[in-house]
Amino acid sequence: MRKEWPLWEVFIRSQQGLNHRHVGSLHAPDAETAVRNARDVYTRRKEGVSIWVVPSAAITASTPSDKGPLFDPAEDKVYRHPTFYDIPDDVGHM
Amino acid sequence: MYAQMVTTEPKGGGETPEEHAFQARIDAGEKIEPKEWMPEGYRKTLIRQISQHAHSEIVGQLPEGNWITRAPTLERKAILLAKVQDEAGHGLYLYSAAETLGISRDEMTEQLLSGKAKYSSIFNYPTLTWADMGAIGWLVDGAAIMNQVPLQRTSYGPYSRAMIRICKEESFHQRQGFHIMMKMARGTDAQREMAQDALNRFWYPSLMMFGPSDKDSVHSQQSMAWKIKINTNDELRQRFVNETVPQAEFLGLTVPDPDLAWNEEKQGYDFTEPDWSEFYEVLKGNGPCNRERLGARQKAWDDGAWFRDGLTAYAEKAAARRAAAATAAE
Amino acid sequence: MSADATIAPLAPARPVDDLLAAAPELRAPLVTGLCRLGDATLILGHRVSEWCGHGPALEEDIALANTALDLIGHTQMWLGLAAQVEGRGRSADDLAYHRDAMHFRNPLLVEVPNGDIGRTLMRLFLFDAWHHALLERLVSSSATEIAEIAAKALKEVHYHLDRSSDLVVRLGDGSEESHARMQAALDLLWPYTGELCFGDDTDAALAEAGILPEPGDLRSAWDATVRETLAEATLAVPEGRNDVQRGGRQGRHTEHLGYLLAEMQFLQRAYPGAEW
Repeated sequence: MRKEWPLWEVFIRSQQGLNHRHVGSLHAPDAETAVRNARDVYTRRKEGVSIWVVPSAAITASTPSDKGPLFDPAEDKVYRHPTFYDIPDDVGHM
Repeated sequence: MYAQMVTTEPKGGGETPEEHAFQARIDAGEKIEPKEWMPEGYRKTLIRQISQHAHSEIVGQLPEGNWITRAPTLERKAILLAKVQDEAGHGLYLYSAAETLGISRDEMTEQLLSGKAKYSSIFNYPTLTWADMGAIGWLVDGAAIMNQVPLQRTSYGPYSRAMIRICKEESFHQRQGFHIMMKMARGTDAQREMAQDALNRFWYPSLMMFGPSDKDSVHSQQSMAWKIKINTNDELRQRFVNETVPQAEFLGLTVPDPDLAWNEEKQGYDFTEPDWSEFYEVLKGNGPCNRERLGARQKAWDDGAWFRDGLTAYAEKAAARRAAAATAAE
Repeated sequence: MSADATIAPLAPARPVDDLLAAAPELRAPLVTGLCRLGDATLILGHRVSEWCGHGPALEEDIALANTALDLIGHTQMWLGLAAQVEGRGRSADDLAYHRDAMHFRNPLLVEVPNGDIGRTLMRLFLFDAWHHALLERLVSSSATEIAEIAAKALKEVHYHLDRSSDLVVRLGDGSEESHARMQAALDLLWPYTGELCFGDDTDAALAEAGILPEPGDLRSAWDATVRETLAEATLAVPEGRNDVQRGGRQGRHTEHLGYLLAEMQFLQRAYPGAEW
């Protein structure tokens, strides 16, 4: 047969209430095995409470040449960031 | 360092606008991510370097794995097993990083087994006593960390992230090695003898880990411009000697170099270079354990084929059964 | 006691010292019972650790090391408690590294050499099915320390069984070759499995006190798990008795254990009194 196990991307929720975060990849013959392997490979130090796996091939990424158009507009909206607002010190913590 | 002799690809002919922009991004400290434009030489050099690093982790399991079944206490057995297991994990992270550059793990494995790809020369030396577990943790992991810490800042995103995770996990490796050396150096006469013998055997091979001297390392400059190599070989070797000699003194062990001396002017030790002809022989496959190490990897790969294929066969059958059930349900 | 019932202690769990103060004749059987647990996890953990660096895929290499680490951890707890109950100033390490084969109390199943990865996984599964059933009962042992160790181990062994049964199913129902290899592994190991649920007077004394279960009471749970999994794996349960190869729990071992111990105990034996 000689077929390589497909590649999976692994996402782990480190504590209840946090987002799943991409931690790496691994190989596994199917999704269930990928979850088990992820537990053994990526939570050796008790890092996680929940695991997602996604076939790497199923991920659609923004193409690098789109980098400008996709991300630049958000960068213009500086008003989304707290430091945009100059508040006098007298107001205290905000 | 686990990637000690990586041949750097030339950048390519003339400086194209893309290459210019690429170098500017690296100079500005930006990370390069998968699928972004990169010079072919950058991609190929990285594959070579990262896979060499990954192979070193995997082959590096063997000399220490040798002693898991002979570890002297239950706790030492667990610690050593956990450490060697970490090395398998680190190999896996690094292979994954290389896979983002368009090469499969199976291809890399084949390159290792055919001898086309290299791994660190250090793992072709035998582990003869329990003190070697101490010496490897202390010296070999110490040398590796010296290289890996700066590589966390390397320009290729996946490689940098793998190094960050690896450095975090490896923080206990060198300490456990030094702890073994402390126990041995302060133990019985027989234990002290083993500790000194381990230092004698691993000292020069550890110095070789940083690769040949800068003056013989023709490709360093391009790799440094690309930030896939952060420090020169000689810089790191000097730093390693400066840090390690006082640790040996603390242990009451003697570094096997009669010419070792503190040089006030350069604020570092003068030391004897390793025998580079030995280094090149080991790289060519003529070290004490090259055949055993590659033989063990080849056997694991061959013996595991039916396991990997059997699981693939099940996954395909199960998927077909699910599809048939879904059709029947319609 | 019905096969699926947990041990029903006569009174709420009490520390081992209290139990032994009331029934000093239980000390020797209890040391044996604890060594049976600790030796089983020690020898199996050792066997599984032999795979480190030689596994059939990186992911499997890492997973096997996790299992071995869990088993070594259990060993430290069981043999630690055995040494404490024995009260002769020995440690878990003393028990692991300074007894010879005739004083080891593990079932023979765990000392059989690893063979291929199929035999290794089949052995893990056959053991895990028993180990899980045992720990489920031990969490309600009349001895507090035993119940606590069991509770900690049970979480890990739950995963072991989940993993090994899954792999047995996949490889049994995988390719032609994987099926044949799993069947051969099962046939070879089957005669060693009966010992797991085969009791003696020591077991009876401990079961009577509610400290450890009667091995025979684990048989139906073990049988159910094993038969269900093997059926799903399309593997045939071997015909013939499965309890012909036994004696390990009484100290009569296969030839393999001596070699294993020679390797495992080498440093402690060669350098007596050294600290590591």
